[in-house]
Amino acid sequence: MDDFIAALPTFWTAIGQTLYMVFIALIVAGILGLALGVALFVTRAGSLLPNRAVNIVLNVIVNIVRPIPFIIFVAAITPLTLAVVHTYIGASAAAFAISLSAAFAVSRIVEQNLVSVDPGVIEAARAMGAHPFRIIVTVLIPEGLGPLVLGYSFIFVGLVDMSAQAGVIGGGGLGDFAITYGVQRYNWPIVYITVAVIIVLVQLGQFAGNALARRALRR
Amino acid sequence: MSEPGSAGAAPTAPLVRVENVSKTFRVAGGTVVAVDDVSLDVRKGEILGIIGYSGAGKSTLVRLMNALELPTSGRVFVGDEELTALPEKRLRTVRREIGMIFQQFNLLRSRTVAANVAYPLRLAGVRQPERDARVARLLDFVGLLEKAHSHPEQLSGGQKQRVGIARALATNPPLLLADEATSALDPETTADVLALLKRVNQELGVTIVVITHEMEAIRAIADRVAVMHAGRVVEHGDVYEVFSAPRTDAAAGFVRTVLRDRPSPQTLERLRRVHSGRLVTVQVRDAHGFTAAVTRAFAARGVENEVVFGGISELQNRSVGALTYELTGPDAAIDDALADLAAQGIQAFDEGGAPDNGELS
Repeated sequence: MDDFIAALPTFWTAIGQTLYMVFIALIVAGILGLALGVALFVTRAGSLLPNRAVNIVLNVIVNIVRPIPFIIFVAAITPLTLAVVHTYIGASAAAFAISLSAAFAVSRIVEQNLVSVDPGVIEAARAMGAHPFRIIVTVLIPEGLGPLVLGYSFIFVGLVDMSAQAGVIGGGGLGDFAITYGVQRYNWPIVYITVAVIIVLVQLGQFAGNALARRALRR
Repeated sequence: MSEPGSAGAAPTAPLVRVENVSKTFRVAGGTVVAVDDVSLDVRKGEILGIIGYSGAGKSTLVRLMNALELPTSGRVFVGDEELTALPEKRLRTVRREIGMIFQQFNLLRSRTVAANVAYPLRLAGVRQPERDARVARLLDFVGLLEKAHSHPEQLSGGQKQRVGIARALATNPPLLLADEATSALDPETTADVLALLKRVNQELGVTIVVITHEMEAIRAIADRVAVMHAGRVVEHGDVYEVFSAPRTDAAAGFVRTVLRDRPSPQTLERLRRVHSGRLVTVQVRDAHGFTAAVTRAFAARGVENEVVFGGISELQNRSVGALTYELTGPDAAIDDALADLAAQGIQAFDEGGAPDNGELS
């Protein structure tokens, strides 16, 4: 316990780093994933902007990237990270890698939620003379919003998980803290405390997501 | 779609003209012909009913009228525009001038009733406060002003369809397409919504195309009717003309759902068990003293007659139906009486007497 108290300043920093990485990723992956997921959905046959070629290319890209283990993904995109963030170590570099990786996961969740939007409502908007882009923004996304918010809170858990592996590129965070101060020094109380904090974070994220989804669904 | 001084715009000038239109869908393992060489006019100011069983192609046909579907061949005109010759961008403008309502209402769940009605106005670029005023007027017209701030899931089916109608009328379209608009509603609500559509037609002068598989909807509001079967329009014309003397099985089938027609084989069998005389079904025509004339024809030949089955209904304020008589008397006299009826232009079908004698006259 004394070790933990001694490490307390690092612990607070670790919480800050985790929150930083997770929230950057939630926003960036949220936006990128939404765009990619909408593109996957609207280019399907019979959808708003059917385009077989684009749909196949997008699907192949998503299917290639998604199964890559995050820890390998981080290493693989180092050149890209360097080009965008101008460094390949630290919390910002980790946030970039998490964002990119999560965007592909988010895109599938978005696509699945949009499939459940009533096609009749989209047809009604078409019958009213709405442009496909307008239908996407004013009909498709708002109608799918409730389940989308739930999908995002599901992803939040995955982001916390990914952030725990960010230690390998010096991203810091709670995962890194638990390994450096807990696992490697056989200090199990530190591991348990850190895990407890991660659980609380996840719970809060899920709770907030549920509350937002309830509002969107008015239930 | 106003057409000032367009060549000879007669009162019955067509608002929609469908010319030799076919629509084929590609499906797994082949193609399906949904609409097969259909030509049809929708006259300005009328309510045209298109009736058919599910799969007859009527929903596809109505979607060709606002270019939600484009035909495989043939041409579609709405007002002065040939939809089949317009680019998608212009079609969007045309669609704003054509209202549409749906079986499942298709309201935006993420928006309030008022915002649903306002949606087409936003698309058309109508600004506040004009937009609010129009929304209020429309909701008042359909009797749902007090529900303006409710969400669709708080409404009953009939109320949802009223909102759908208000939304479809928001841009003052001259044409309204109703795709099975009452098929998800109970009979009482159906009658309310049909009455509202009739008001839309009469008070606002909106031309309406009603797609349905329910004869009741046609009977309640349509002026003319087209009967669809297997992608084709098999009969069309004035509602009374088509349904008082159906020429196809499809039309006759719909007639039987609301009007008494010739008895079914099962009914005939039951009738024969209790009535030993010859059974003859007479098609009711709309003429004063019709039944008296029939009775007179039988009496003149000394044939006793009694109505044992059938009924008379009204269609567009005219009588229609069928009456089955039990006739007792010499066979020759009955034959003479039937010949007399035929001479007067009254259609009679001999249902026979004995169970083994059921051929048509």
